[in-house]
Amino acid sequence: MSLDKATVKKVASLARLAMDDEELERMAPQVSGIIDWIEQLGEVNTDNVEPLSSVVDISLPLREDKVNDGGCVEKILANAPESTQGYFVVSKIVE
Amino acid sequence: MTELTALTIKAALAGLEKGDFTSRELAKAHIDAMDKAKNLNAFIVETPDLALKQADESDKRRAAGNAGLLEGIPLGIKDLFCTNGVQTTAASHILEGFIPQYESTVTAKLFADGALMLGKTNLDEFAMGSSNTTSYFGNVTNPWKNKNKPEAQLVPGGSSGGSAAAVAANLVMGATGTDTGGSIRQPAAFCGISGIKPTYGRCSRWGIVAFASSLDQAGTFARTVEDNALLLRSMSGHDPKDSTSAKKDVPDFAKALTGDIRGMTIGIPKEYRVDGMPAEIERLWQQGIEWIHAAGAKTIEVSLPHTKYALATYYVIAPAEASSNLARYDGVRYGLRVPSDNLRETYEKTRAQGFGDEVKRRIMIGTYVLSAGYYDAYYIKAQKVRRLIVNDFMSAFDKCDALLTPTAPSAAFAIGENEEDPIKMYLNDVFTVPASLAGLPGMSVPAGLDAASLPLGLQIIGRPWDEETVFKVAGVIESLAQFTHRPA
Repeated sequence: MSLDKATVKKVASLARLAMDDEELERMAPQVSGIIDWIEQLGEVNTDNVEPLSSVVDISLPLREDKVNDGGCVEKILANAPESTQGYFVVSKIVE
Repeated sequence: MTELTALTIKAALAGLEKGDFTSRELAKAHIDAMDKAKNLNAFIVETPDLALKQADESDKRRAAGNAGLLEGIPLGIKDLFCTNGVQTTAASHILEGFIPQYESTVTAKLFADGALMLGKTNLDEFAMGSSNTTSYFGNVTNPWKNKNKPEAQLVPGGSSGGSAAAVAANLVMGATGTDTGGSIRQPAAFCGISGIKPTYGRCSRWGIVAFASSLDQAGTFARTVEDNALLLRSMSGHDPKDSTSAKKDVPDFAKALTGDIRGMTIGIPKEYRVDGMPAEIERLWQQGIEWIHAAGAKTIEVSLPHTKYALATYYVIAPAEASSNLARYDGVRYGLRVPSDNLRETYEKTRAQGFGDEVKRRIMIGTYVLSAGYYDAYYIKAQKVRRLIVNDFMSAFDKCDALLTPTAPSAAFAIGENEEDPIKMYLNDVFTVPASLAGLPGMSVPAGLDAASLPLGLQIIGRPWDEETVFKVAGVIESLAQFTHRPA
């Protein structure tokens, strides 16, 4: 297994996924197995091949830099778990 | 008269125009069918009241002589498309209760052409799956039965399983889907209907819950090739709100269905003869080649040498993009929040409880392949192999006009099968993923039944922006296959 439990725990932390020991035990071999399977890409000779990030052969379009949307605070907050006075509410982060 | 729910979209449009029935009657017939088919669990939310309201408005527009291209046609909408005022979940607990305050471009276009929405169809969570068994809102059951195991509940395929099952069971006349690695074509094959993923960039992605942005593309399901052409025409077109949507004219795809493929050359990729492929799929593929010959076109063997690396490439790129796209689910602005004393724990607990196992696995894979020290070895490597896969297709298209392949390596399997090993499930998409990586249009058409009386599909892959050839060839296969079987 290429990824041990500690590595998988670190990855879960980077991805902001809380995982208890039992879940890590279950997840680690699965994630590790998939990574091992992906390793087969190492067989492919990719010398002098440019990475491809998009199949669309267009440059990103630009538009005039002016406000074209907005004024819809209520809509933006409509699905907020908690909001007050036009703001999202989160737990206190500064003591 | 044929039952209203069994009509094609084309026939229904003609019937509405002649005044044989109203859009309200058409909608009501489908709502009644949905009531009787709740066991399929094809919908996450049903919207009968909305459909009837839209139907009444549609009947008025038609009476006033303002009928649109899809005037009065009731559809299912995959619950990955944001619909203004109607819950949109991506089949995830983390979005349960989310009510979009805007309409996706694709659904807005369909509604502007007069279509109605019967409900939001079930799918794999965040469109990640090939069996519709990862939905937080339960599995979808395929309306087809294995004649040797009639008691077994079969998967409809995935991720757009609810859309495919609803179309196959005559609950809707057509449906939207999205396809990232096969999520339209594989369920279409499993459910004995047609479905197309157009060229990447043909339909706007605006308002579609993002999975893997360089691969996600909207498409259609219907019971005939022509109905798919009608739906796709309505959904397609440039949208300034999606920077990857193309400034291309949208053809009248249905006009391509001439039945005439004489003089065309269809490529048969030799690498698609994979180990362990059932003999009946091999036979069906051969039958497809004979149909192509019978219609006056020729076939040639072509080589796509990097095919065997497509799945591994996909399972780097798609999870990488997913891990980044799904970072937005933080319990702050919308969706589930699991409260905690500090913000970091709020994120971690919200995401832990909000996402299912398959989504977590893919976020973890994506996070790993993008993390410092591994980015070049996995992510950049996969992007390089992706270019080689694209180049393979482009070389093949120097010699042929389209490709013919099986859609999936098996027929529909029982719910619970292939679950023990994630990679086994991934192999379902072995024939659909390569075209996704290359952004090519691909369509599945039902072409025959296997020994268990389950439908099998053939896939037609075309050049970029050449959906018309895909439709043309698919139309020929459809008419020669004479696939008239329906689920019991």
